[in-house]
Amino acid sequence: MAVEKEKLQWMYKNMLTIRNFEEKVAELFAAGKCYGFVHLYVGEEAVATGVCANLRKEDYITSTHRGHGHLISKGGDLKLMMAELFGRRTGYCKGKGGSMHIADVELGILGANGIVGGGFPIAVGAGFTAKYKGTDHVVACFFGDGASNQGTFHEALNMASIWKLPVIFVNENNLYGISLSQKKSMNVPDVAARAAAYNIPGLVVDGNDVLAVYEAVQEAVKRARSGEGPTLIECKTYRYRGHFEGDPTVYRSDEEVEEWRKKDPIPRFEATLSQMGIMTEEQMEKIRLEVSEMIEEAVKFAEESPWPSPEEVLEDVYA
Amino acid sequence: MRKLTIRAAINEALRQEMRRDPNVYVIGEDVGIFGGCFGVTAGLIDEFGPERVVDTPITESAIVGNSLGAAATGLRPVAEIMFMDFVGVTMDQIFNQAAKMRYMFGGKAKIPMVIRMACGAGGSAAAQHSQSLEAWFMHVPGLKVVAPSTAYDAKGLLISSIRDDNPVIFVEHKFIYDIEGEVPEEIYTVPLGKADVKREGDDVTVVATMAMVYKALEAAEELAKEGISVEVVDPRTLQPLDNETIINSVKKTHKVVVVHEAVKFAGPGAEIAAMIAEEAFDYLDAPVKRVGAPFTPVPFSPVLEQAYIPSTEKIIAAIKEVVA
Repeated sequence: MAVEKEKLQWMYKNMLTIRNFEEKVAELFAAGKCYGFVHLYVGEEAVATGVCANLRKEDYITSTHRGHGHLISKGGDLKLMMAELFGRRTGYCKGKGGSMHIADVELGILGANGIVGGGFPIAVGAGFTAKYKGTDHVVACFFGDGASNQGTFHEALNMASIWKLPVIFVNENNLYGISLSQKKSMNVPDVAARAAAYNIPGLVVDGNDVLAVYEAVQEAVKRARSGEGPTLIECKTYRYRGHFEGDPTVYRSDEEVEEWRKKDPIPRFEATLSQMGIMTEEQMEKIRLEVSEMIEEAVKFAEESPWPSPEEVLEDVYA
Repeated sequence: MRKLTIRAAINEALRQEMRRDPNVYVIGEDVGIFGGCFGVTAGLIDEFGPERVVDTPITESAIVGNSLGAAATGLRPVAEIMFMDFVGVTMDQIFNQAAKMRYMFGGKAKIPMVIRMACGAGGSAAAQHSQSLEAWFMHVPGLKVVAPSTAYDAKGLLISSIRDDNPVIFVEHKFIYDIEGEVPEEIYTVPLGKADVKREGDDVTVVATMAMVYKALEAAEELAKEGISVEVVDPRTLQPLDNETIINSVKKTHKVVVVHEAVKFAGPGAEIAAMIAEEAFDYLDAPVKRVGAPFTPVPFSPVLEQAYIPSTEKIIAAIKEVVA
């Protein structure tokens, strides 16, 4: 597979951006600077990156409660994201949404979602618009292993399959729905097996290999754009942090976490890039510094941003 | 003027809006060749084809969610939920997703969608095909709730609902679909949030919704014979509620009965009565009286069902209590 150099470099920078953003959020959350619930994407960066590397600005995504990585990958502005986590007026949602509801409709980001499985029908609706208007836009619908047990999963995949809607259902299987192991939540080893029920392609890929994700999604996007309908792609991955910040993670062993750290998508991709002669260590270091500066700027922007005024609670309920 | 049934008036509103705006379409169970379970979408598929009169599987959650996703990306869906009772399985998509999307996104989304649904008891359809659940939706910020009683209002309110950039719950009482009324052939709108005085009177205000408007008018006619002059106010839209028209009527009559087919406890009348108490207490000469269904599921046997549905006699009795 020949992937352009610029795209590979974008993937690397994007994965690092997500990692740094999330690690910074963990630190800020512990320091009491951002509020509510935050669900971090550390360890799963290759999935959002590999998926969104196939998307155009006009394409859509629906995200989840663990959504920062999806938003960054679809072009979300780090400053506006961080300001939202800080509850500031300058944030993506003017401080009305927080981590679980960040959206940027202009960028095709139809929202993170606080309800597990809530995004499936919405993604299908965006796909319906593409078909209705005769555009070749596609929709990537991100969801976890736990969400695939919700009724909306079935309804949405059934609807997308009968109408051949351009939706790529991207399962991020990180093995746990909060504390419950996937082994105890479904009677099949792979979420992808469920695609058979809708007579659509179902694939399993290594979700910690950004190029494997990229390649699988590329094919699915091609299918979707040409009117051949949806695909279900299961990306096997892992979250290093808890379900939410503050989760004691009593349901898994340190050894398991260590095993997955050995499969960390970022060092793996660094090795690939260097083997392919795409980037040298010096070039990577330069990008690390750039990313780190971007995150610092986002934090500074958020910290210096004004709070919403209390009267704003009443705004934006109705158009 | 030409007369149409409420069913035909709604059909005409859909047809005229679909002709006017290619982004308007109908989606739901059996809305195509079958014409909708209550015949409301009959014939639309012949003019607009299956791309715009979209038959779905039995999948209410996806009907609503699909409509939401489509609305957020530029279309104007009119979804049909066959019986209002079935809306329970779609609630997350309505109250957590559609209703809140604009607010959660800081005002950056527009959700122009209508969800039509048929409510009401009267056909021995029992507890899961007869309910009036409009109060559920009145309680959710971000939704508008429309509940017409006449053919004229149904057409004009549906056109306003389709053109509105917010999710609108459009409730149709299935046992008044056949009632005829004068309906202009041309396109017109009835504004959301504007009540209508269906009969003027001086002694008592009856605020009634949907099918109960007809029973309130019957009661008014009866009581006129006894010299009691009843004003009947139909809110037409329950969210936003037209407080002003209701209060103005109270200021004139000083007595109020609120009537709806929904269960009385925490029904729409609870809000209306509380609003009157807060805003017009000094004008009241008697406590606000409510007439609604008892706190039971809708029963099956015709005998039980007739005991359940608020009757003209019950409305007359309530009016007599407040004017006494």
